[in-house]
Amino acid sequence: MKSRQGYLWGTLALLLIWQTASWCLGDLVLADPATVLGRLFVEAQQAKFWMHVGSSWLRIAAALAISFVTAVPTGLLLGSSRRLDRYARPVIHLTYPVPKIVFLPIIFLIFGLGDIGKIVMLSIILFFQLLITTRDAARSVTRSARYSLYSLGGSRLDLFRHVIWPSCLPAVFTALRIATGTVVAVLFFVESVGTRYGMGFYIIDAWGRADIRGMCVGMVVMALMGVVLYEIFDVLEKTFCRWSQL
Amino acid sequence: MAHSCNKLVSCSGVAKTYLTESGPVLALKDVSLSLHNGDTLAIVGPSGCGKSTLLFILAGLEKPTEGRVYFSDTPVEKPRREVALVLQDYGLFPWKTVQANIQLGIKIRKETTNQAMISALLEELGISEKTELYPQQLSGGQRQRVALARALVLNPSLLLLDEPFASVDTLTRERLQDLVAVAWRSRRFGMIIVTHDIQEAVGLGRNVLIMAGCPGTVVSHIKNPSACVKDYRETEEFYLVCERVRRELEYVA
Repeated sequence: MKSRQGYLWGTLALLLIWQTASWCLGDLVLADPATVLGRLFVEAQQAKFWMHVGSSWLRIAAALAISFVTAVPTGLLLGSSRRLDRYARPVIHLTYPVPKIVFLPIIFLIFGLGDIGKIVMLSIILFFQLLITTRDAARSVTRSARYSLYSLGGSRLDLFRHVIWPSCLPAVFTALRIATGTVVAVLFFVESVGTRYGMGFYIIDAWGRADIRGMCVGMVVMALMGVVLYEIFDVLEKTFCRWSQL
Repeated sequence: MAHSCNKLVSCSGVAKTYLTESGPVLALKDVSLSLHNGDTLAIVGPSGCGKSTLLFILAGLEKPTEGRVYFSDTPVEKPRREVALVLQDYGLFPWKTVQANIQLGIKIRKETTNQAMISALLEELGISEKTELYPQQLSGGQRQRVALARALVLNPSLLLLDEPFASVDTLTRERLQDLVAVAWRSRRFGMIIVTHDIQEAVGLGRNVLIMAGCPGTVVSHIKNPSACVKDYRETEEFYLVCERVRRELEYVA
């Protein structure tokens, strides 16, 4: 209930700031909320608009799935094996700080300008965020927890199942929530080239036509995508990590 | 060293060296001990003398650098089904409820759950109302009861306790010690308790082993056959043995 009230007040505050900014800058730069929401209502009745939304969601979902199934197990493995981590650490430390987006031209050359190239780019960026958080969480599993499990007769597989995985899950969800901001930002960038569908293209296209209202509709939708993703991970964390909320 | 059949656990010439970044550190040197079936042993000594290391070696969780550990007549290479361990920080998993924590060992060992036995045990330990809670919703004393239940539910031949009541207040500690004594009297498992609390060692250890030094080694062995007997803490004998252990510890310090 408190959270809903918080959202309501937050939304009202944002609308107020937006309206004020629109008055100050003029509607040739920033359309006012009422006009944009009206346009959004109209756009929402067009099938093509939903194709843009659907394409963006598809790319996000695919990138999240790929990065999750590759980064999380790798992070768990590296975090629980000092030897493996010793070999992998220099590679990760050298590659993590490099802004992966600069490899976009090469990724597009290898995987093409279509969906695959865009999903690969998003996945690479998400991969490192998830990998490092998961590895660090797995590394912080205490000797006491390991001994406790082994003394109950547990194997290494049991350790992963009953100790490492559940103890890392809150950190994985935190990484996913943080990644939502990154993934939507990078999505806009990769969809600005080589496609005719996606909210990134929708915004760039509206911008090119000096359609400020359309551009603002795109921005609102992308912002909502970020909020929805964040909320999904929040609900999943509350469901699967009830213990960490106590 | 001969290993007779009624010896539950024994070790001889055990040494442990840890390899650290600043070089090898000798934690234990030439430790020998034995415990008979159904008997209890308290290992007491100052912090850092290798008591917990010795317990982890006996549990098969760590390998000695020198010497051997035997359970009955079998060398201990890894944790054994007959042995249960209770740790100072409880060793409970915060993502599992009390019920799930207690049943985890049974689940891992793929044994059949005897719900009646579990219920009776929870009742005995006074945590039958807490099964749906998570460990972080319990007090320190309640958590240690859960850890004890998780160990006892496995019906062990040997119960190892690593400073189990160090994190709870004095009154709770005494109640928990009484619970352990009651559990031992009714089940007669072998028990080794590591502690730096003299009264705890004398109250629960029918044999009291004094360790000291760095690397740690056994310096004295005191027989204390009345330990675990009901109301032993209120007898003169208890205070005399405590005094003797205290003198030994002061002497080696």
